[in-house]
Amino acid sequence: MGSYVPDTSAQQMEMLKECGLSSFEDLYGDIPESVKLSGLPGVPKGKSELEVKRAIEEMAEKNKVYRHIFRGAGAYHHYIPAIVDEIASKEDFRTAYTPYQAEISQGVLQSIFEFQSEICMLTGLEAANASVYDGATAAAEACEMCRDKKRSRILVCAAVDPKILSVVKTYSFGRDVEVELVPEKDGTTDPEALRKALTPEVSCLLSQQPNFFGNLEEMDSLSALVHEAGAKLIVSCNPVSLALLKTPGEYQADIAVGEGQPLGLPLACGGPYLGFMAATQKMMRKLPGRIVGQTTDVDGKRAFVLTLQAREQHIRREKASSNICSNEALCALRAAVYMAAMGPRGLRDVAAACTSKAHYLQEKLAEAGLPLVYENKEFFHEFVTECPDAEGLNAFLSERGFLGGLMLSKNRLLWCATEMNTREEIEKAAALVKEYLSAAGKETQGKEASGS
Amino acid sequence: MKLVFERSAEGRGTRYLPECDVPERLPAAALREKPLRLPELPETEVDRHYTCLAGQTHGVNDGFYPLGSCTMKYNPQINEKMASLPGFVNIHPLQDKESMKGCREVTEKLEQLLCEITGMDAMTLQPAAGAHGEFTGLLVIKAYHRSRNDTGRTKIIVPDSAHGTNPASAAMAGFDVVSIPSDDHGCVDLDALREAAKEDTAGLMLTNPNTVGLFDPNILEITRIVHEAGGLCYYDGANLNAIMGIARPGDMGFDVVHVNLHKTFSTPHGGGGPGSGPSGCKSFLAPFLPGKDSPQSIGNVRSFGGNFLVEVKALAYILTLGREGIPEAARNAVLNANYMRVKLADIYPMAYDTICMHEFVMSLEKLKHETGVSALDVAKAMLDYGIHPPTMYFPLIVHEALMVEPTETETRETLDEAIRIYREIHEKAVKDPEGMHRLPLHTPVRRLDEVTAARNPVIRYDFDA
Amino acid sequence: MYFPEELKYSKTHEWVRFEDETTAYIGITDYAQDQLGDLVYVNLPEEGEETAAGEPFADVESVKAVSDVISPVTGTIEEVHSDLADEPQMMNQAPYEAWFIKVRDISETEELMTREEYEKFIAEEA
Repeated sequence: MGSYVPDTSAQQMEMLKECGLSSFEDLYGDIPESVKLSGLPGVPKGKSELEVKRAIEEMAEKNKVYRHIFRGAGAYHHYIPAIVDEIASKEDFRTAYTPYQAEISQGVLQSIFEFQSEICMLTGLEAANASVYDGATAAAEACEMCRDKKRSRILVCAAVDPKILSVVKTYSFGRDVEVELVPEKDGTTDPEALRKALTPEVSCLLSQQPNFFGNLEEMDSLSALVHEAGAKLIVSCNPVSLALLKTPGEYQADIAVGEGQPLGLPLACGGPYLGFMAATQKMMRKLPGRIVGQTTDVDGKRAFVLTLQAREQHIRREKASSNICSNEALCALRAAVYMAAMGPRGLRDVAAACTSKAHYLQEKLAEAGLPLVYENKEFFHEFVTECPDAEGLNAFLSERGFLGGLMLSKNRLLWCATEMNTREEIEKAAALVKEYLSAAGKETQGKEASGS
Repeated sequence: MKLVFERSAEGRGTRYLPECDVPERLPAAALREKPLRLPELPETEVDRHYTCLAGQTHGVNDGFYPLGSCTMKYNPQINEKMASLPGFVNIHPLQDKESMKGCREVTEKLEQLLCEITGMDAMTLQPAAGAHGEFTGLLVIKAYHRSRNDTGRTKIIVPDSAHGTNPASAAMAGFDVVSIPSDDHGCVDLDALREAAKEDTAGLMLTNPNTVGLFDPNILEITRIVHEAGGLCYYDGANLNAIMGIARPGDMGFDVVHVNLHKTFSTPHGGGGPGSGPSGCKSFLAPFLPGKDSPQSIGNVRSFGGNFLVEVKALAYILTLGREGIPEAARNAVLNANYMRVKLADIYPMAYDTICMHEFVMSLEKLKHETGVSALDVAKAMLDYGIHPPTMYFPLIVHEALMVEPTETETRETLDEAIRIYREIHEKAVKDPEGMHRLPLHTPVRRLDEVTAARNPVIRYDFDA
Repeated sequence: MYFPEELKYSKTHEWVRFEDETTAYIGITDYAQDQLGDLVYVNLPEEGEETAAGEPFADVESVKAVSDVISPVTGTIEEVHSDLADEPQMMNQAPYEAWFIKVRDISETEELMTREEYEKFIAEEA
């Protein structure tokens, strides 16, 4: 019933006639009769806009929107200033194609140039691309950037997000490249194990800062070890944390990647998100995907254009280092608007609030009976606690509108706090935890329970 | 236009957050040495900056956008509304299943509809773009051959007219690429295919309608040849818009497909993304799909499912069109392309002068030879008329190619006006070929120095420089 | 177009300047750079790698294309002209100074042309 075909059937018939044809059937003469469809019985009849709206709203209503979110693990609940949504919904940005025709695409090109610059500012590195699909594919692409004829083994820290590891493994299955895990010890990468694993065939180490457990790795020493062995250091980092933490550039990482979702993108059930990638000047030409560069037009006016294109699949075909074509430009625009609106102090405030509130939450949860697992490690805005009955606790919290920590095992939870969580909310969460534990009579079991 | 950094002044900015209500507690070690620099602007300046940038960006609503192989159809507004429902936007991807039934209904429904439209048995929505879907499908093919210990199948056959992503995806999946020539009609050369398809063939990648805008009439023979050699057939859905609801890749002998929600199913391109490239396959390959609970699964190609909000938009579109609207859209996309083709063929020689599908390719080789005016010049001339030029210099097998894809959502009046402009430009090219090299004249910037941009890349602004 | 007398030329438009029987410099000809247009980058091999006659050892990029550079000799790469990557315009402006690699221990050489033969060859190709 709904249709976006504007011409009337009379007009369509006239147009067919002008093509020298008498029916639509004549357009499809090359399709063998045996494969022509008589209909699409499995697709419902078309609907009006009102009906579609009702149907989809009904679906959305079946989801539970949590008011109080204490879960991160790769997707983070942050405040998004209203201006971000407004600018990202401007039709020009939303409906444009990749800016192949630079003369009429300066707006989108400049926005990507600005995004690249801001990613360099955050990471302390010298070259960034226009984005890839998400943080995990950014990590996988970064591993491929480091591979050469002599070095093809990839090391991954065991404290890297398992979802990132899974994607890196899938990409490596494609290239028939080996991936090896470097074990963690007490919640961060074990330097001794890393030293042993760094054989001459190792091309890179993929690390994460803060790591999956929220802990801060000693990036300086990881970096020294990796470079001593002649390999490259890739770090997957949380962009918000970079407002406070030592930058990848400062500890000599070769490539920094990450999930850009915390920079103004909603949780959105997992996507669209934004993979960002930055590298040293030396590795600039190995970056995959679109890169925007500055130049001038024939009148000498400053202008922007897609550049270094001969790296890419449309020119290099099977010799290209990546097949990426579409990226996440509109998400990169959101991130750029977010960074411009927040500014350096705003972003620092977000980062400071995240880590301060996470520490407050950790204290309150410990008081309530959930001890911290990695006691002697610093963490940013996530941390792991013991929990005698993680599943039961989360169900109890859920009924009260609280999304609890992510279950890592039956008795371990990965918690997260951001600027969105108020002191009152944190205290309420801790009180609920206490209530549950005492009701279940599990309060005293504490840490011993986790070992069983 | 000023850069956002050039509008920045130290100390400016808008505050969006309350004072922190817990004691500040920063990590003792590992702090940034150099303070962070980012632009510092009040919100008014941020807003004006981006309004200014939007004004220098050409979107589908700014005018006709017949960019070949990109399917720049209208992006319905209701889709955007649906994708911004709080019940979707505020869902954490790691919520327990019970609390996200609505999201699951969206993805399951969309998977089922895409299976129906492509003739496949199973679908994954994980891939975030077409090329990502290609890579996924090829890994599925690789895993399938490996599971049978058929390890000698190391080659993927790709026609020379293919999109660059096809050979690049095959290489990423660890295959060697065998390029086969096209015949005089721009279709697969059957003899070349018979010769290439053998015991080392893992599969064939094919776009159909192909990249010159023609439906390959030998399609059943093509897939038969590949299957007989023990290979699988991969369908690149870039051009599905021409035949959706008319014919299905699954019925043509294809085993694996990807579709582009951001082409065929009306989700916007966003200046380069986000897209979505679901991968589908026949049931015997289903255990290998990513993100499925199966020991044979290739794993995951993305962190959290797919680009969910894009999927909501595509679902809204398919539900709106329904079983009648889908073939209606395809038929009119093909009609509009043929209408323009017929009205331009006398002055712009067609690379293949026959009934086309949703797009057609012109070759300006003769014009270039006679006047020195190239496909690039003609494309640039269009910019002054406010219409987006066609795809230039693709496919590679046609010299001085311009590829036009009007889509089904344009009115006849728009097509007539575009035809008039194309003809006017041709007249100009013949009368004043020298003048053509100077165009465009009226765009925000004019032709760019791409050589300097690539020789001495400046790809970021540096406050300290 | 200029083709120095003392050089040898390949059918794939590389020039070779022999230092002695087993050592030579290799670059691309004036004709090649003219056909390729403004070159913006070159991907060079590493010192110590082997080259094989008839096989690509480098590629050159223009804005919208990439082309392989084929080695006319089999041998070991002694030196790589790494400045070329920073100054790609040299390949356009001074193609015979813009050598790519110096090869030693040359064991095999493709059939090469003299200046006269090469000029005739490109006249026929055009």
